[in-house]
Amino acid sequence: MRRDKDRFLNILLVSPSILAVFIFVYVFIGWSVRVSLSKWKGLTADYTWNSINNYLELFKDPRFHVDIRNTLIFTGVFVIGSILLGFLMAVMLDQGLKGEGFFRSLFLFPMAISYIVTGVVWRWLMNPATGSRTSGLNLLFTNLGLESFVNSWHTTPTWGIAAIALAAIWQMSGYTMALYLAGLRSIPAELKEAAQIDGANEWEVYRYIMLPLLSPVTLSALIILGHMSLKVFDLIIAIAGKQLPLDVPAIYMWQITFDGLFYGKGAAIGIILLVSVAFLIIPYIRYTLRTEAQQ
Amino acid sequence: MISKLRIGKYWLYIPLVFMAIFYLLPMYVILVTGFKGFDEIDLKTMWDLPRGIAFDNYIEAWKNLAPSLKNSFLMVIPATLISSALGSLNGFVLAKWKFRGADVIFPFILFGMFIPYQSIMIPLVQFMNKIGMTGLPGLALAHIIYGIPITTLTFRNYYASLPQELLEAAKIDGADMLGIYRYILLPISMPSFVVVLIWQFTSAWNDFLFAVILTGNEQWPITVALNNMAGSQIIAWNVQMAGSLLAALPTLLVYIFLGRYFLRGLLAGSLKG
Repeated sequence: MRRDKDRFLNILLVSPSILAVFIFVYVFIGWSVRVSLSKWKGLTADYTWNSINNYLELFKDPRFHVDIRNTLIFTGVFVIGSILLGFLMAVMLDQGLKGEGFFRSLFLFPMAISYIVTGVVWRWLMNPATGSRTSGLNLLFTNLGLESFVNSWHTTPTWGIAAIALAAIWQMSGYTMALYLAGLRSIPAELKEAAQIDGANEWEVYRYIMLPLLSPVTLSALIILGHMSLKVFDLIIAIAGKQLPLDVPAIYMWQITFDGLFYGKGAAIGIILLVSVAFLIIPYIRYTLRTEAQQ
Repeated sequence: MISKLRIGKYWLYIPLVFMAIFYLLPMYVILVTGFKGFDEIDLKTMWDLPRGIAFDNYIEAWKNLAPSLKNSFLMVIPATLISSALGSLNGFVLAKWKFRGADVIFPFILFGMFIPYQSIMIPLVQFMNKIGMTGLPGLALAHIIYGIPITTLTFRNYYASLPQELLEAAKIDGADMLGIYRYILLPISMPSFVVVLIWQFTSAWNDFLFAVILTGNEQWPITVALNNMAGSQIIAWNVQMAGSLLAALPTLLVYIFLGRYFLRGLLAGSLKG
């Protein structure tokens, strides 16, 4: 009798959450898809059927081409930079040096800060002004005699977005470090010792023993950072505002929807982003839950 | 051999210190600029230490940002508490008191934490307007619901790690489901609550996207207010620096005092908890 009561009670307990997630994620996605197939432009909703024309127009739209190029550059610089830096820092901190905890906390603290704060500060660090108005990092480089490092940061044509990725690396590399450090700590010490007894030097141990064992961590980092790159928005807004050379899909979506009131096209950008993220994330969730079930 | 290894290790402090400088550079600029008097402010001397300690910038930034700091707290507190409580209940049911189909539903909940919010933004705004949940309550509701996947995941993983015998023993003693949750699991859930509360607090406090689409002028939380302050031509960069510190301080303090739990939340966010 009691068992029966609890059988319904457990469903009752989780149903508000499940219903909320169902509506706010899945119903809303369906709704967005419908908007993306409509002619809706203007303040009042208009669901007139427009087939896939919004998508077709986007793929012909030069601004969307800039968005794709920027996303690719940003993703490449951000993901590779964060993984390399994070891995190096994790290996260095894995050596049992004094002060490890201090350095670890220091490398990770930007994660606690919002992209907006990061952006506002980096906007001044990466001030591209020249001549007597030189400031920020360019001023620091000049004072240190490193003139060759002076550059125009995010105002550089085509590659400007890489400067934004630099600020993103500052914010997120500590996270990859934490992932790698957790991974390194889970590798049994005997493995490393055995390799050393066999005559492997420190470099070879990391290259041939640790790195292959860490490939699940690298995969996680690639996917998590990669899907973040597709969504990048706040950081660019805070560093540079809405500028065409630094445009990305998330900014285009926001502008075309809420400034341009072209809801149909805005929804189409949202769905394109969703599909790109789903390609990365769905296999990842399946893989993670499967490994979990095996353990 | 051993001494050679030792030297090799001490050498590592050089790159570590360089990295530390890289991470501290923005904080250095925020701090030295914040404490300069208005008369010392010049972009050309932005790397110089302040001559004394002045609070001009903080007073000016506070005048601009105090209302939005209050808005942030008003929104973040219910968002954090409710989302965490729901996560704990869900985690309990999905780990220890499963119903048929629970394992099928879980990945669908999980996917919710990775979606780009651009894909639900238009319906979200429409829906919130329709049900009259605008401004801060609407923003809090969005954070509660989109927080459910990660809070559920964290608690589910924790409860799943507890031995089934714990529950069986209580069942034999006649405890029902709610009794087991209330008297057996809840008392040992504190570490997970801390992880989840910190995570939710940080992500709701730092959020910009939901805030910018769901709130207007009077109800802006700190991120939107700070961004608008930085975008305006009227407010000087030194005041923006002071404002950045005000905006970052609550989450930074949480990080400094509860960093260990913060880290566990981070790892959970990549499904590696």
